[in-house]
Amino acid sequence: MLTGRTLSARAATLLLTLWLVSMLVFFAGQVLPGDVGRLMLGPFADAEAVAALNKQLGADQPVLVQYWHWFSNALSGDFGTSLSLRLPVAPFVLESLKRSAALAGVILVFLLPLGIGTGIVAGLNQGRFIDRLIVLAGVSFGIVPDFVSGLLLLIVFGLWLNWFPITGAAPDGAGLWVSGYYLILPALPLVLNLAGYIARMTRAGVIEALAADYTRTAVLKGLERREILIRHVLRNALTPTIAVLATQTGYMLGGLVVIEALFGIQGLGNLVLNAAKSRDFPMLEAGVLVMATIFVLSAAAGDLVQALLDPRQRRHVSP
Amino acid sequence: MMELMELPRRGALGWRAASRIRETVSQLPPSVIVGSLLLLFWVGCAVFGSLFVPYDPYAEDFLVMLAPPDAAHWFGTDQLGRDVLSRIVVGSRDILLVAPAATLLGVAAGSVLGLVLGYFDGLVDAIGARLLDTLMAFPFIVLVTMTLVALGPSNLTVILVIGIAYAPLVARTVRAAVREQRKRDYVSAARLGGESALAIMFLEILPNVRETILIELVTRLGYAFFSIATLSFLGLGIQPPSADWGLAVADGYGFLTGGKWWVVIFNSAAIVSLVMATNLIAQGMGAFENSDR
Repeated sequence: MLTGRTLSARAATLLLTLWLVSMLVFFAGQVLPGDVGRLMLGPFADAEAVAALNKQLGADQPVLVQYWHWFSNALSGDFGTSLSLRLPVAPFVLESLKRSAALAGVILVFLLPLGIGTGIVAGLNQGRFIDRLIVLAGVSFGIVPDFVSGLLLLIVFGLWLNWFPITGAAPDGAGLWVSGYYLILPALPLVLNLAGYIARMTRAGVIEALAADYTRTAVLKGLERREILIRHVLRNALTPTIAVLATQTGYMLGGLVVIEALFGIQGLGNLVLNAAKSRDFPMLEAGVLVMATIFVLSAAAGDLVQALLDPRQRRHVSP
Repeated sequence: MMELMELPRRGALGWRAASRIRETVSQLPPSVIVGSLLLLFWVGCAVFGSLFVPYDPYAEDFLVMLAPPDAAHWFGTDQLGRDVLSRIVVGSRDILLVAPAATLLGVAAGSVLGLVLGYFDGLVDAIGARLLDTLMAFPFIVLVTMTLVALGPSNLTVILVIGIAYAPLVARTVRAAVREQRKRDYVSAARLGGESALAIMFLEILPNVRETILIELVTRLGYAFFSIATLSFLGLGIQPPSADWGLAVADGYGFLTGGKWWVVIFNSAAIVSLVMATNLIAQGMGAFENSDR
């Protein structure tokens, strides 16, 4: 069984990591850029006006006091006011998070069947032509940068063949299916990129499970091939795949930045990228903090699911 | 007299060296040879490219803006009338400078870290491993964006950011390899012989984990090409007026809807060929057997 001790230790390191992330985010965003008031008002503004704005923003106070203000406000959901929009940051982050989640959902809908399916086929046909083809295709798609494959897909299927819209943002009021249709082309680059990797991990799991003693026992006691595959091989083969999926969250977040910029989706990635370019620090900090939280949580969730599926892992869930 | 006597010997030596090189090359997997040739081609372009390009890569010509590929401009021209072929040849320069520098920084720092953590058991390793976990808890894109915003995008910043991001990943791999070696007899023998920890780490263990480090170096280089091209495309990496490929793709992207595909396609092809070359080498070295990124 999962012990309460491992779980609480895991939760504690998770909170500690998030706290460290929040510190880094704050100091990189708030302290390193220097005079925030000067940055907002420009180089020709009156020194008194700059000082007044700094006072209003709290930027004239000691760094630790500033951090405490920001941190305690962030805990209650107030991430401050955007420097470029002069509006509260939190609603924008929430709205963009929804759009990114929709994109991530479409990616997973295609990625899981494709990656795991081809991985199983390759693993069951180890060494044959179909296995080599799947591995080779996976490696080839895996090395193409997302923005390159995204552009190629956009040119071929969006501009030349006209099968898909070239923007990922569906018109207002579009239903679930139409919105999903707009997200297919943006989702494909990340699907293609990650599918090969997931297939390789699934394949390795299948090959290992096929060679294991419990599979031989199952064959010897006369179980049907179908049953052996589902009950013994797949169950054991998919455990490492789940862990792999969790480790790829960081890569997916980076991919979202690229894809959202490419297809004009106003998601979390685009929000962070634009905030970084316009040096809108409150917006950037909030976006980055949300990204880091997703990343840390998914790693923890991956460990947890793995522990639930594999009894051997329960005792030492890596904190 | 001396010279005459030395001549054949020197020739023999050269011949022996040449045949040894030929022997080593013939033993290499074909993918390593193809990848190396492709990589060498781009290095050649970066170093000597400006000598034989058909046009000045930075010269603007407003009479031939966004001209499609033809006999005069094989790869067409960009939005300022600059020759795309010439720019691609010269555009290899920055990425071929920044990516290897970043990779070397990350692999060197990561190897030293991995050696120390792997060699010392107990407290050093426990604290160090936890620190690596924390560093790796930052999604790559977050680390990169924050650092680039704080320091401003430039070639040097990109080198630092990618190097810092890769160091913990390399350290983890090297640490595992070192822990494997630690238990071997030659390490115990060296320790009994009174060698210092530093000497054991760098003179005894390091040569035995060099293959791990070499594979790590080539694999990371591939990812560095990948990441740096992406950062440049996003406007966070190499900055104008460089003829960098990622920058050119970002510029040409806006003209795609007008049917002007050549800037994007040819520059993308250049990026893919460079990443592919590195990956062919890494694959030939058996890097993908149980890798994770």
